[in-house]
Amino acid sequence: MDRRTFLKAAAGTGALAASGGLAMPALSQGAAAKTLRFVPQANLANFDPIWGTQYVVRNAALLVWDTLYGIDSNFQPKRQMTSGEEVSADGLVWTFKLRPGLKFHDGAPVTSKDVVQSLKRWQARDPMGLMIKAIENELVAVDDTTFKWSLKQPYPKMLFALGKNNSPCTFIMPERIAKTDPFTQITEYIGSGPMKFVRNEWVPGAKAVFEKFADYVPRDEPASWLSGGKKMLLDRIEWVIMPDAATAAAALQNGEVDWWETALSDLVPILKRNANINVDIGDPLGNIGAFRMNHLHPPFNNVKVRQAVMTALNQEDYMRSIVGDDDKLWKEMGGFFTPGTPLYTEEGGAMMKAKNVAAAKKLLAESGYKDEPVVCVVAQDMAATKSMGDVTAELLKSIGLKVDFVATDWGTTGARRAQKTPPGQGGWNMFHTWHAGADCVNPASYTAVRANGEKAWFGWPDVPAVETEVTNWFNAKDVAEEKAVMGRLNTAAVQNVVYCPTGFYLGYQAWRKNVSGVTSGPFPVLWGVSKA
Amino acid sequence: MLAFIVRRIITTIPVMAFVALFVFSLLYIAPGDPAAVIAGDQASPADVERIRASLGLDRPYLVRFAEWSFRVLQGDLGTSIFTSLPVTQLIAQRIEPTLSLMVLTLIFAVTIAVPMGVIAAWKAGSWIDRGAMAFAVFGFSVPVFVVGYLLAYVFALQLDWVPVQGYTPLSQGFWPWFKNLILPAVTLGLVYIALIARITRATMLEVLQQDYVRTAQAKGVGQREVLFLHALKNAAVPIVTIIGIGIALLIGGAVVTESVFAIPGLGRLTVDAILRRDYPVIQGVVLMFSLVYVLVNLLIDLTYTLVDPRIRY
Repeated sequence: MDRRTFLKAAAGTGALAASGGLAMPALSQGAAAKTLRFVPQANLANFDPIWGTQYVVRNAALLVWDTLYGIDSNFQPKRQMTSGEEVSADGLVWTFKLRPGLKFHDGAPVTSKDVVQSLKRWQARDPMGLMIKAIENELVAVDDTTFKWSLKQPYPKMLFALGKNNSPCTFIMPERIAKTDPFTQITEYIGSGPMKFVRNEWVPGAKAVFEKFADYVPRDEPASWLSGGKKMLLDRIEWVIMPDAATAAAALQNGEVDWWETALSDLVPILKRNANINVDIGDPLGNIGAFRMNHLHPPFNNVKVRQAVMTALNQEDYMRSIVGDDDKLWKEMGGFFTPGTPLYTEEGGAMMKAKNVAAAKKLLAESGYKDEPVVCVVAQDMAATKSMGDVTAELLKSIGLKVDFVATDWGTTGARRAQKTPPGQGGWNMFHTWHAGADCVNPASYTAVRANGEKAWFGWPDVPAVETEVTNWFNAKDVAEEKAVMGRLNTAAVQNVVYCPTGFYLGYQAWRKNVSGVTSGPFPVLWGVSKA
Repeated sequence: MLAFIVRRIITTIPVMAFVALFVFSLLYIAPGDPAAVIAGDQASPADVERIRASLGLDRPYLVRFAEWSFRVLQGDLGTSIFTSLPVTQLIAQRIEPTLSLMVLTLIFAVTIAVPMGVIAAWKAGSWIDRGAMAFAVFGFSVPVFVVGYLLAYVFALQLDWVPVQGYTPLSQGFWPWFKNLILPAVTLGLVYIALIARITRATMLEVLQQDYVRTAQAKGVGQREVLFLHALKNAAVPIVTIIGIGIALLIGGAVVTESVFAIPGLGRLTVDAILRRDYPVIQGVVLMFSLVYVLVNLLIDLTYTLVDPRIRY
């Protein structure tokens, strides 16, 4: 019996179960109806969304802290905490106005001083924030509801930076909390978002609780991702941490939880057969599977070896190893950016779909490969990296590369990939990972596509053509110009094999039918959700 | 006796000191970097370095060990790198579920395993003996998580008698507490039953060959009395020993059981901490488990005097 079959058998037990479920523990039916029990993607181990940038932290933080702007499902930044903004004719001075009635959970009003201090903390940890910091003259509070940002040169992507959903977002905290060093964790969790964090019920690794903030005033516009009115219809949300997928599936079927954020694709057929459960795509922006090659050391310091690997790669092999036989869950990519988003392009991306082992062998022969072993680091405790690692080992061998397969855990991979030393001295040639599609819609937060040498992400690609186009994108004045830039950027990234995308994949979410208002989004959108 | 207890407690100190040194050193040389985990994928090496410095992870080994040891001596196990909560608070939050699970498992296992082993020895060679030993082999062979899933399938999902997962504190009532724990306790107890039953049977077989047993039988003492008063009492020392050793099995098994049944106990806390390299939590939990194990062994030694009057300290 293999892993998938066993998990199905274990969780499939629920399909046979009577739908009556269990009595709600320690809650009256009325209270239970207003309490949503949600199984998040991971454990909420810390709760500082600037200090710790994991997505599970961001998802919880979106309930507690509000943002100045928020992108909608068309990737357009819309006002959230602001009522307006003005930019000077030369594009150097931005003046923002806060909307009235904003309050923190401790009852204090949200003022410009809070905003300024929060933005300063955010700037230190965010790639776009750092870019703004580099061209900043000053960021000051003009009065209680107005703040001004003066720059040395125009920054057309300002509103996108303030409204993006990538971690870290521009979460606004009280000034005294935001004064905490950005590299030190905050210990007070007070925001102005629609829910309050119930700290005394927080058991890291087990439970996190949020209660409705009665004084929150949502915007009037309809909600769309981070924008619009965040109307909370629930009084209480309990995050129940479940490390085991089969247990989460069984608990959902038994009515012990209401919503499972990341339903394992192996278990989805069983959940779909349950009349009390809805299943749909969770995050439409999905993930991009990837392995990175180390550009500093042989053999991958030779572009022809990198091209050989990309030419031979068959994305279908990788995607099926991750999502199984469900064809709705994956797509072949001809570009580095998130498929289905406005700026996605396959220009210059033919190599990504070549699947040509013979051509790859020819490229390898031309490269002068000297039979160096490829130290391939594979984290075994992450299903996606383990699956991809197995496929890669076969891929490398198929074109004639010698493989030194290092099976380890994610914690070790995280430390080892930062080593620039040669592979034989504790370094590496290759490791596997994945990128949230939300990070890859454009170059703004797409650290993995950057190719600025020593400053680049692990693997340290140095491709000036890529960096030129990234700069051009930040300076682009309209969508047409952005699209032209993206075509050139994609071509340069593919030709130089900045890294190897292994395909685009989606995941399911599942919820009980007495829960309504669930939508797809790059994060679990909990406002607008109710429970009968 | 009192002198023995004091002597044993004093010998605990170097044992704990060695455990502390061993755990701290092991984590120091183990690969992995909590600062990199915290910083996330967008972080630059400089960011990671700043976080490492803010956590004090860039300081020399001896300085860190000395500071940690000094705090431990004062009862302070440090602060979790990730949650910023004191390790003692994290352990306190998790100790009740794990303790409940272990105690219930122990009661369940001993109640079943000892009579099973005694009866198997009494009926040695019969179908009862073979059945009991087949059950023991099954208990040893089937992984804990498989048993857990199967029990959840039958009793939680098909019969709907108990919940699939979770934990209800004892303060909210005995029945809700028991309902949440019964499946995990049975799951975890299976391998323990197998172990104790086999040892009980083997020891009893030996004791039942002794002259005094034959004498008791010849004098017309009832079979139940012979087995449970005369023979079992003399076979008790190895059984008590194996129950004590089994505590370590329970601790290891609790890690898997707590994951399968989503029980927020110390096992899950440990696994989460190891995966994230949350050093203070790992050190604190291992130190606490070591102390528990040392104390259990002391308790076992003291129990010998109760079951065998010839043993005196």
